[in-house]
Amino acid sequence: MTSLVQSLNSATRKIPAWILYVLGMVPVAALTLQLFNGQLGIDPVKTLEHELGEIALQLLIAGLAITPLRNAFGLNLIKFRRAIGLLAFAYVVMHLGVWLFLDMQLLMQQILKDLVKRWYITIGMFGLLLMIPLALTSNNLSLRKLGAANWRKLHKLTYGAVLAGAIHYVILVKGWQLEPLIYLAIVVLLLAMRIPPLKRVRLV
Amino acid sequence: GKIATVKSRYSTSEKPNSFEDITKYNNFYEFGTGKDDPAKYAGALTTDPWSIKIDGMVDRPGTYDLADITKGVTMEERIYRFRCVEAWAMVIPWVGFELSTLLKRVGVKSGAKYVAFETLERPSEMIGQKRRTIPWPYREGLRLDEAMNPLTILATGLYGDTLPNQNGAPIRLVVPWKYGFKSIKSIVRISLTSKQPESSWNMLQPSEYGFYSNVNPNVDHPRWSQASERKIGGLIAKRQPTLMFNGYEKEVAGLYKGMDLAKFY
Repeated sequence: MTSLVQSLNSATRKIPAWILYVLGMVPVAALTLQLFNGQLGIDPVKTLEHELGEIALQLLIAGLAITPLRNAFGLNLIKFRRAIGLLAFAYVVMHLGVWLFLDMQLLMQQILKDLVKRWYITIGMFGLLLMIPLALTSNNLSLRKLGAANWRKLHKLTYGAVLAGAIHYVILVKGWQLEPLIYLAIVVLLLAMRIPPLKRVRLV
Repeated sequence: GKIATVKSRYSTSEKPNSFEDITKYNNFYEFGTGKDDPAKYAGALTTDPWSIKIDGMVDRPGTYDLADITKGVTMEERIYRFRCVEAWAMVIPWVGFELSTLLKRVGVKSGAKYVAFETLERPSEMIGQKRRTIPWPYREGLRLDEAMNPLTILATGLYGDTLPNQNGAPIRLVVPWKYGFKSIKSIVRISLTSKQPESSWNMLQPSEYGFYSNVNPNVDHPRWSQASERKIGGLIAKRQPTLMFNGYEKEVAGLYKGMDLAKFY
């Protein structure tokens, strides 16, 4: 296990972080292609909306996993975290865009009502709002200006954003479906692994 | 196989959705919660032989073979608007007959006020039933006057042919002025009762799904605004305003005269 972590660490050292931005856009290209080839099913807009939302949640979880992976396994992926976070934000914005333009078709009155009346929409939107200051300060200049301590404190908003995303998914589906509950469980686990006694657990 | 039908004055003149739309986009949790799950997994369901147990407050209770139920019945083509509580809509050319025809044949006893329905429970063929997404079997119900309304049909076909399994074969209910989940699929039991029967979604989340569940743009579902609906079809399902009672106001508004529809949702 230790040697596996070591070889992973040395392998990822050679991979530049910008590659993630390229890879991160592959699903967008694939979905666009599928959309125009009629491969997104009977209701392509909903498929697109759900896929983008799910990828956003997966990226948020990936970003959240980096610290526990380092603490518990000594796996160092920290240099990829900014790219993962920014990609997550991009997917959340695209998810919102599909909802506003293609799903709701800009019916503003109904959109505004939904934002305050539907819990899952309110929570989802709250998560997105939390991500805006994170996206805006995800550059070296902001890091320097804020100072590392403040910057880290601000970026704890991630916890709220990921939790909001996971809850948004759990309550938007009808009944208690398995998949969103699994996502929520993973998020809760990753957050719990930041609480002092668990934080120090070393698995390797 | 092809089913001989006659036209009906209750059909809408709107253009039906494609066979593909109707058969590949289904909520039928017995086969999974994904919209494409029923098309993938419903093929496993054995629909012949099939019988329906008719019991409760009827003169001639019993277990009726499907062939007996449909024997001598004139099948009609009923092109109905279909509206899901999730705020999407289609137009569907059903083949079926009025539920009242069957209820009259078995004889409804006086004192009966409701009709309860149950879907088949057969986890070996209905893989979605291996998990308790819903307390199986799926249950639905109507008030007797709703059940006797000429719009309420038992459908056995689609597009002039036998009903595909994912659409509720071999026999399902269609109540076009109510949200789709009221139109229970693959029926194995019909009971006449004096008390309002249980219905599955109402049992699960009573604040969200009422017994009546009439399509109503003015009564919001906690999850979905019902003011508009997305008409499935094409690249982008077009949003259109929701019609009161899904456009069947003339035929059914009288059933609810004097009732507060926000309370009895």
